[in-house]
Amino acid sequence: MRPRVLDHGYGIRPKLLFRLIRLMSGHPVPDAAKITFYRPDFYGTHAKRFTQEAMRGPSTWSVGDRELMAAYVSKVNDCPFCIGAHTATATQAYQDRERVAAVLADLDSAPIDEGLRATLGMLGKLTSEGTLSAGDIRAVLSAGVSHQQIEDALAVGFAFNTTDRLANAFAFDALSQEGFEAGAKYLLKRGYR
Amino acid sequence: MPADEQKRSIHELLVNRILHGAGRAPADERARAFDNAKLPEPLRPLLDKVATKSAQVTDADFATAVDAGFTDDQLFELVICAAVGQSTRQYEAGLAALAEAIGDTETG
Repeated sequence: MRPRVLDHGYGIRPKLLFRLIRLMSGHPVPDAAKITFYRPDFYGTHAKRFTQEAMRGPSTWSVGDRELMAAYVSKVNDCPFCIGAHTATATQAYQDRERVAAVLADLDSAPIDEGLRATLGMLGKLTSEGTLSAGDIRAVLSAGVSHQQIEDALAVGFAFNTTDRLANAFAFDALSQEGFEAGAKYLLKRGYR
Repeated sequence: MPADEQKRSIHELLVNRILHGAGRAPADERARAFDNAKLPEPLRPLLDKVATKSAQVTDADFATAVDAGFTDDQLFELVICAAVGQSTRQYEAGLAALAEAIGDTETG
């Protein structure tokens, strides 16, 4: 990673934990998890709590829907690490590879319900243009999405608009497909804590 | 605490921590990174890209900042401030648009 301190600047406890995870899982700890252990008081502790709430807290969006939102926002931000991680996680959550691939290839023609499509479109617009109008929100409401679901989706947007930027700036190492699959399994079992 | 309040309050804690808590970069520099405004020249290429086109950040952008005397820990903090700043503006714009749309629905 860059700056280099993110590769080696950890205390003895995180280093032991990273080694243990590597031994038990057969895969290195993904950089996304690693940086939350670097001076966690500055960023990692609050960031993990927010992401856990947004991705696994109470919501009428399923975990698969929220992971798909994460993958979609990451695609708009052109973040290879997060696209890989959350494509794998959405795919495992839905048990449906084609559905996730179709959304990432072409949102307009993907076989998903109109509410989810409108919500993903809203997050894509917010991510690429940086803002939304009341009209944009009304269009999502008209597709049958509730106020609460929009608020929940905006929180997913915040989490991944932040994480994507850090992944790109700090140059998170891409994982092998097996590494992404193992990470996805962990995220579905344990969440973001 | 209701889930929304919970998320908004964690968001507020995060923003307060990175801007006003202890850090290796001075608080005013962290605020400029967060706002993506009035950045000193050696930080501008790196932090503006973090905010607006993070996929284009390069090793050279970090090297420019390091050559000007910024440490790894300062850059760690400033990159986080730039990332959280931009996503906060987006999050708040989305929530404001939602509040406006709900207001319209309720009054209209």
